[in-house]
Amino acid sequence: MEILELITEAIGTLTRNKMRTSLAILGIVIGIGSVISLISLGQSSQKSIENQIQSLGANLLTVIPSGQNSGAVRGAQGGGTTLTLTDAEALMNDTSITSIQSASPEYSKRAQVTAGKNNTNTQIVGVYPQYATIRKIALTTGTFITDRDVSALSKVAVLGATTATDLFPTETNPIGQSVRVNGQVLRVVGVASPKGGTGFNNPDDAIYVPLSTAQKQLFGVDYLSTIAVEATDANKMTQAQNDIGYFLLARHKLRDPSQADFVIFSQNDILNTATQVTGTFTTLLGGIAAISLVVGGIGIMNIMLVTVTERTREIGLRKALGATKSIITLQFLIEAILLTIIGGVVGILLGITVSYFLSRSMQLPFAISISSIVLAMSVSGGIGILFGWYPAKKAAGLQPIDALRYE
Amino acid sequence: MIQINHVSKIYTIGSLTTTALSDISFEVKKGEFVAIMGPSGSGKSTLMHILGALDLPTSGDYILDKEKVSTLTDNELARIRNTKIGFVFQSFNLLPRTSALKNVMLPMMYAGVSPEIRKEKAQKYLTMVGLADRMNHLSNQLSGGQQQRVAIARALSMDPSILLADEPTGNIATNQAEEIMAIFQKLNDDGHTVVMITHEPDIATHAKRVIYIRDGKITQDKRNKHQVRVAIKN
Repeated sequence: MEILELITEAIGTLTRNKMRTSLAILGIVIGIGSVISLISLGQSSQKSIENQIQSLGANLLTVIPSGQNSGAVRGAQGGGTTLTLTDAEALMNDTSITSIQSASPEYSKRAQVTAGKNNTNTQIVGVYPQYATIRKIALTTGTFITDRDVSALSKVAVLGATTATDLFPTETNPIGQSVRVNGQVLRVVGVASPKGGTGFNNPDDAIYVPLSTAQKQLFGVDYLSTIAVEATDANKMTQAQNDIGYFLLARHKLRDPSQADFVIFSQNDILNTATQVTGTFTTLLGGIAAISLVVGGIGIMNIMLVTVTERTREIGLRKALGATKSIITLQFLIEAILLTIIGGVVGILLGITVSYFLSRSMQLPFAISISSIVLAMSVSGGIGILFGWYPAKKAAGLQPIDALRYE
Repeated sequence: MIQINHVSKIYTIGSLTTTALSDISFEVKKGEFVAIMGPSGSGKSTLMHILGALDLPTSGDYILDKEKVSTLTDNELARIRNTKIGFVFQSFNLLPRTSALKNVMLPMMYAGVSPEIRKEKAQKYLTMVGLADRMNHLSNQLSGGQQQRVAIARALSMDPSILLADEPTGNIATNQAEEIMAIFQKLNDDGHTVVMITHEPDIATHAKRVIYIRDGKITQDKRNKHQVRVAIKN
């Protein structure tokens, strides 16, 4: 008997018994689909958590000037004037440093701000446009500081969320209003959305102005308080830190790192937490995958065992008519493979669709990996084929009369 | 043709042993029409299953067409069932939701007969049992008598040396039973060897020879001098 004919016979048996076939396929579809969507949901959550950590600035380095020594008195850290805009620009423009994505020169100082009858004491931050990207500032309304604002020394301001309500408690949209800082009048062009955070460096309690405006018009300084640097990757933090360090030492003509007139901070705490959370999630994902594979696998095993065992009488009949054990086993193997392929393809499509809509409704980023599809297909498919083939092999090994009498 | 020499069959279930057949010997020659009779539990079904190579004896020899069936391997047994034996079951045992034609073609598929010849022969035998107009009906769309006729056509499809029928009329209406017996008589007239099990005396009267079994032993083996003849009505 030819293999092609056996395949035809297997297809014939499957199509003649539509109910049984569709139940078996359904079992495989659910088994494979649930594995894929569960793993995908886990990956989506992982991605979402990672994004949130990223938004905290896990790959952010801050360079501040170290304290100045005047005689024997050592000044406070950050109180120095050694960092300049040209340092930041040189750092940005040096193409030999591949570990950094971008750098943001910043000058900030607290000042009293008034708007009509309201006033508050807040942090005035002179920035470049890339500040918004690096520090993850989003706007609820208006626009952020632009390159034009910086080059034209525009008198414009973007208010932090808290500052906006402090200065304009009754206004829902303060765009176009004026605020007064150190005798200068600034026009409000944007309001940042709340980031959350407390303490001295609360990003919501701040006013962002063009760096040039802050340096020249408001405070009359020519140095920076901070250069914020974004590394290309959270894993390249150490490399970026070294690159920046040596670059600035060379620029400041300092040989010994112990003489450095700047300090580089990395978000090590955040990074450590991020690594731990990601690690926990990887473990969790493994657990989800294992459980869903077991659950899906048992479902598939059950449906295949039941449908094949139910056909023991048919196997007895086929043997009585002259089929050999190997022909019967092969036919059932082909049937199991066909069921698994059909169920597998539908299951993969279902899994992808379900996880897409699940992640959308839960507002998670959609993530699906080839490895989860391969895992689901190989394990669940393997189980389907095994339990479609094994009971048939067992039944085909019986004396025909015992198989025919099977209840 | 068939030789049964000192065949015994003992079933062991746990510590309980049941003797279904004890030391039975007989012979069936080519062209005979034998009815095996006996009450239920007499062992006649067990004997039939051994004759059909569906089961193996505990001891003794079964020789079919000079081949010692009791010592064959699993694959050789499959060949014997396929080519030498045509088995007709009490409960028909057709593949469900499958056409009469496909059912009759099944043994020929296992034998590797080419699809054209398969179809040709299946049509021939279905016509012979009077189902020319029902070849494409599904098995579950046929009456009991019609299903049994499909089963007979299937048993004939490989031109077997021997036709075995296990209570062939047990599950069908009396008027259709006559038809089935007419077919067996016609096949026997054409030279087929037929062995049939029944517990109904009037069915047994259609055979040429009747063997009586009781408690696993042959109690009587006689010629039926007054064979009841029935002709196929069409």
